[in-house]
Amino acid sequence: MSYVNAKLQSLVEWVDDRFPLTAAWKTSASEYYTPKNLNFWYFFGSLSALVLVLQIVTGILLTMHFKPDASLNASGVPVAFASVEYIMRDVPWGWLIRYMHSTGASAFFIVVYLHMFRGMLYGSYRKPRELIWIFGMLIFLCLMGEAFFGYLLPWGQMSYWGAQVIVNLFSAIPLIGPDLSIWLRGDFVVGDATLNRFFAFHVIAVPMALLGLVVAHVIALHEVGSNNPDGVEISKHKDAKGNPLDGIPFHPYYTVKDLVGVVVFLFVFSIVVFFAPEGGGYFVEANNFFPADPMKTPLHIAPVWYFTPYYSMLRAVTYPLLGIDAKFWGVVAMGAGVVILFFLPWLDRSPVKSIRYRGPIYKTLLGIFVFSFFILGWLGTKPPSYEFFGVIPGGPVAQVLSAYYFLFFLTMPVWSKMDKCKPEPERVTG
Amino acid sequence: MSSEGKVDCGRRRLLVATAAAGGVAGIATVVPFVASMLPSERAKSAGAPVEVDISKLVPGQMMTVEWRGKPVWIINRTPEMIESLKKVTEKISDPKSEKEQQPEYCKNETRSIKPAIMVVVGICTHLGCSPSEKFKTGAESGVDPEWAGGFLCPCHGSTFDLAGRVYKGKPAPINLEVPQHMYLSDARILIGEDKKGA
Repeated sequence: MSYVNAKLQSLVEWVDDRFPLTAAWKTSASEYYTPKNLNFWYFFGSLSALVLVLQIVTGILLTMHFKPDASLNASGVPVAFASVEYIMRDVPWGWLIRYMHSTGASAFFIVVYLHMFRGMLYGSYRKPRELIWIFGMLIFLCLMGEAFFGYLLPWGQMSYWGAQVIVNLFSAIPLIGPDLSIWLRGDFVVGDATLNRFFAFHVIAVPMALLGLVVAHVIALHEVGSNNPDGVEISKHKDAKGNPLDGIPFHPYYTVKDLVGVVVFLFVFSIVVFFAPEGGGYFVEANNFFPADPMKTPLHIAPVWYFTPYYSMLRAVTYPLLGIDAKFWGVVAMGAGVVILFFLPWLDRSPVKSIRYRGPIYKTLLGIFVFSFFILGWLGTKPPSYEFFGVIPGGPVAQVLSAYYFLFFLTMPVWSKMDKCKPEPERVTG
Repeated sequence: MSSEGKVDCGRRRLLVATAAAGGVAGIATVVPFVASMLPSERAKSAGAPVEVDISKLVPGQMMTVEWRGKPVWIINRTPEMIESLKKVTEKISDPKSEKEQQPEYCKNETRSIKPAIMVVVGICTHLGCSPSEKFKTGAESGVDPEWAGGFLCPCHGSTFDLAGRVYKGKPAPINLEVPQHMYLSDARILIGEDKKGA
């Protein structure tokens, strides 16, 4: 046994002379100091990485059977749609891989939204972690693109009409809009050219950008270290060896902790994949089990749940402004709803980072913000004529809540400074 | 740098010029890359006109045909339906079809060549969904109690009358498009081409 160990040791040394293997392991795991007080909110970063790996693996397996082809086969069904049904019925375990991938998309957004909300709770985007937040937001944008492009591929009714509506949004841009949307589609209507290029974006272009951004996100994180639920820097108090007093090595402490998160996540994920893969019509919409029909729009179309808060903002704008259609301003509102998050590190002027020491103003406004986001999301799944309990019209509610969404951020520099905060502790509270 | 630590200006200029030339070539390469995503020659030539037989289309009925990948509706309007166009005029955003959404020969009260036969592209001018037919009138239509018959877009709720004219205060900015078309005989229409050509 010791002979094997010695051989292994010399192999590692051989590698270390040529590649910083041991050094990388030390700086990013065994001697990477992480605050000792990270709570369950800190599971969602590693879970996002897990879902990313799941999506890549299942995605590669799906591309082996999927055909991005809108032409009709001998039985009059679009080839792309038929190839998805083939995966579901004839490919060994194809149903599992496909449902893991489609459920994985929703799971991705769930863990990423929670991960982002964690950042808001504990001020993780604040100095010196602004770039981590920005890389994270770029990842979020890539994810939205990835989800949108991927949703066209099964070539069902929702795929087709969803893409039709979203690509047409670009035609609302003055002057260049109509040509831009033709360029995006590669045809005058959503068709085979569109399906092929969305496939290219979905399986090559966006995932490559995504992986690069994930690396940048993690490098930036390891440069400054994790924030924690107290929002105080552990690097301020170090022991004789220069290690933070309130820090513990990432490995084995957090690798083991994150594994617990992984087990719980996979437990829930499996329940959905096996027992409710369509997520009650929220993960895979019922109309997407009908092949795309360019002649007929389904009676109710709505985006998948993770886009609905922004979709509500799009629909909330109904007035033309400066002589430009309301449709353009709706697109602007939807885009701005995402872009404004990039500026969060500079909008927040509070003297403390964590919600634990924030005052009543932040807690109240954040509570209303979360509530608004959920209601906007709910309304986005409903037709424009939706009324709460059959009496309160959804349209004006969406307008008020969209306005709140923007005001929350735009007025943040003022109220975050005014808020009556509690003093931050000198060291983390455990 | 020369050995004395001075910058060799001749070499520096050559370096800048080389980098600039390389940069221009790099940027120029983007042009074919971007252009490759435009509609191909095949896609551009796919817009052939479509011939339709309307002999079996009875009054009050509509049919849908595909032209350039889009649905085109042909509606045989009853006299009551044509009458309804006058009644809704006040609620219509562009009742006289002043915006260029139809060929000159359809810029009239019924937006058609023959008053009864309506030919229109069934794609909402808002975000491109295909509106659904709502020919029943009044409360029975499920649109509104004073509904005079027309189309409702399921995506964002735009409504159109039986000549494809958009109602006021709806997300769709303009009327539905009337394509170029002509009668080859009483029962045959050619969509996508008129006497002036395609």
